[in-house]
Amino acid sequence: MLLEVKNLHASVSGNEILKGINLEVSLGEVHAIMGPNGSGKSTLAQVLAGRDLYNVTRGEVLYDGKNLLEMDPETRAREGIFLAFQYPVEIPGVNNTYFLRAALNAGRKYRGQEELDAMDFLAYIREKIKLLEMDDSLLNRPVNAGFSGGEKKRNEIFQMAVLEPKLGIMDETDSGLDIDALKIVANGVNSLRSKERSIVVVTHYQRLLNYIVPDFVHVLSNGRIVKSGGKELALELEDKGYSWLDETVPASERA
Amino acid sequence: MAIALKESEELYLQHFRDFEEHQAATVPEWLSDLRSEGMKAFAEMGFPTTRQEDWKYCNVAPIASVRFQPADYQLSDRVRRKVEEVSCAGADGTRLVFLNGHYVEELSAVREVPKGTTVTSLAKALMNEEGVSAHLGRYAAYKTHPFVALNTAFLQDGAFINVPKGVALEKPVEILYVSTGSETPWVAHPRNLVVAAQGSQLTVVETYMGLGEGAYFNNAVTEIVAEDNAKVDYIKLQDESTEAFHVATVLAYAARNAGAVTNSIQFGARLGREELTSVLDGEGAEAYLYGLYVTDGQQLIDNHTTIDHAQPHCSSREFYKGILDGKSTAVFNGKILVRKDAQKTDSKQSDKNLLLSETASINTKPQLEIFADDVKCTHGATVGQIDPESIFYLRSRGLGLEEARSLLVEAFAAEVIDHVKFQPLRKKLKASLLAKMKR
Repeated sequence: MLLEVKNLHASVSGNEILKGINLEVSLGEVHAIMGPNGSGKSTLAQVLAGRDLYNVTRGEVLYDGKNLLEMDPETRAREGIFLAFQYPVEIPGVNNTYFLRAALNAGRKYRGQEELDAMDFLAYIREKIKLLEMDDSLLNRPVNAGFSGGEKKRNEIFQMAVLEPKLGIMDETDSGLDIDALKIVANGVNSLRSKERSIVVVTHYQRLLNYIVPDFVHVLSNGRIVKSGGKELALELEDKGYSWLDETVPASERA
Repeated sequence: MAIALKESEELYLQHFRDFEEHQAATVPEWLSDLRSEGMKAFAEMGFPTTRQEDWKYCNVAPIASVRFQPADYQLSDRVRRKVEEVSCAGADGTRLVFLNGHYVEELSAVREVPKGTTVTSLAKALMNEEGVSAHLGRYAAYKTHPFVALNTAFLQDGAFINVPKGVALEKPVEILYVSTGSETPWVAHPRNLVVAAQGSQLTVVETYMGLGEGAYFNNAVTEIVAEDNAKVDYIKLQDESTEAFHVATVLAYAARNAGAVTNSIQFGARLGREELTSVLDGEGAEAYLYGLYVTDGQQLIDNHTTIDHAQPHCSSREFYKGILDGKSTAVFNGKILVRKDAQKTDSKQSDKNLLLSETASINTKPQLEIFADDVKCTHGATVGQIDPESIFYLRSRGLGLEEARSLLVEAFAAEVIDHVKFQPLRKKLKASLLAKMKR
């Protein structure tokens, strides 16, 4: 088991957002987490990546058998967790290539691997950038600065391809993408699918899941996973909409 | 050590008499007159106080209360090494090196200068060069500014650069002031004059570098003249030692279609004050003013800039940035003066600050004085902290907290440093910034 989330509760400024999440992800699996706005999808993604905005009040998370919640964000990254941000941050003045090499080498150093020099690194990322059909010139631009919405999302998946995580978490990577960009992103992600890597796709819409076909689908509502199933669950949701979920919420939770 | 204000002013007067006596026989009349006028003006004004608007946030009592002696120097291997370490001129470059304000020929090098170009110490130029008297003291206002007055009274050594009509210097000229602290606090009055004749072009790098402990006071004045169509790139780096005082007045004068780019970078000194004035005194003249101040500990760095639009159709861009840590204080006062005739002026100014601690403070004040009616002027100032979202983003990719912070600070500073066109210097500046952040 790569990831075990057990009864996870998290809150932000006193408001409980996650109210007991249970989730198990084995190595090589692709899981989709769907849910309406405000259900806690993004919070779950950010808590897993170590965002300190959220307070974990109860529960535990095991990653590769280790206590994930005790690790700072950089340690999680170096251990192989990658979060593709819903809103990638613009960092003017920091060169994309420089940043990526620093990130990759931080992980390599942590794992006792040799660091890549500038030449080797460049050869390495040239291969990766083709995967996302991105222009080489993006490499010499500052991180996300002046990128279009679609370019930012592609850049996230490009970073994921470069860093080769064990667990990739995509937080609404599909939002704001047109169909062409969506296909490119999906192709990129699909090429990263492997027995050695798990992917968690957080999304509001079923659309992305036509291209990245998940092994499991979980429905998140009001801070809890209320339904889990195979890929057909996503289609069911598409048909019935999220209001159908209200019936699945325990009576005690209904207003 | 502390003495009353009047007493320290007296001391300068006494030193001036000694200085005058020492010089008497050799000095041309215009020069002794200029010095006397400087001394007279200083004696009348005295040191400024915080009651004066321009000095409100810059208390110079710590300077006024020290019994500074005229600077002396001793050349050592340590100094030689430091010079080689910080010099950006390169093996075949041109540099003038000063130790505690005194020109040191042994460490200087003047090579590959085109015919008719003068690069020399001011002390020599005062005796021989005709071009000096035509410009010296004509731009920096010694009659109204006490520190300029004091500098003018004691002006002796510094750099004199004169580029003749139509000549472009390919490599920068470096003026390097190395200062060593000692048990006796000393004062020097570096004075530089850069004249770029019609259509000429040059880059000047003026560096102040402190070495070792002990208080000293550099009171510098630099006058830069860009005649019609001339282009001057001026880079000033102030990296004095932590007990040092540094007061500098820079005046860049641009005539018709001339361009003056100034890049002022300040890392050092306990108290640093720089007044930079860019005068646009001919149609089509352009000025770019870039600045970066990085402070920590108890430092006080005060930048006063003035862009004087005296003629129509001139443009200016000013872009200053500050990075403040510890209990340091910085001041930015940026005045844009648009005179009555200066129609079609186009001027933009900004000052952005990054506070790295809760105890650092910045006083930033734009000041527009516009007397023409058809002008475009904008200004803005910001004060902020490092964005936690950016920190998290970098950490989520595997960068450590400290690495993420310094990367972001470096990126903030790069927007100024990257305007330094001379690559070896740009590299040195980035390295100095990192070194400063680590100490």
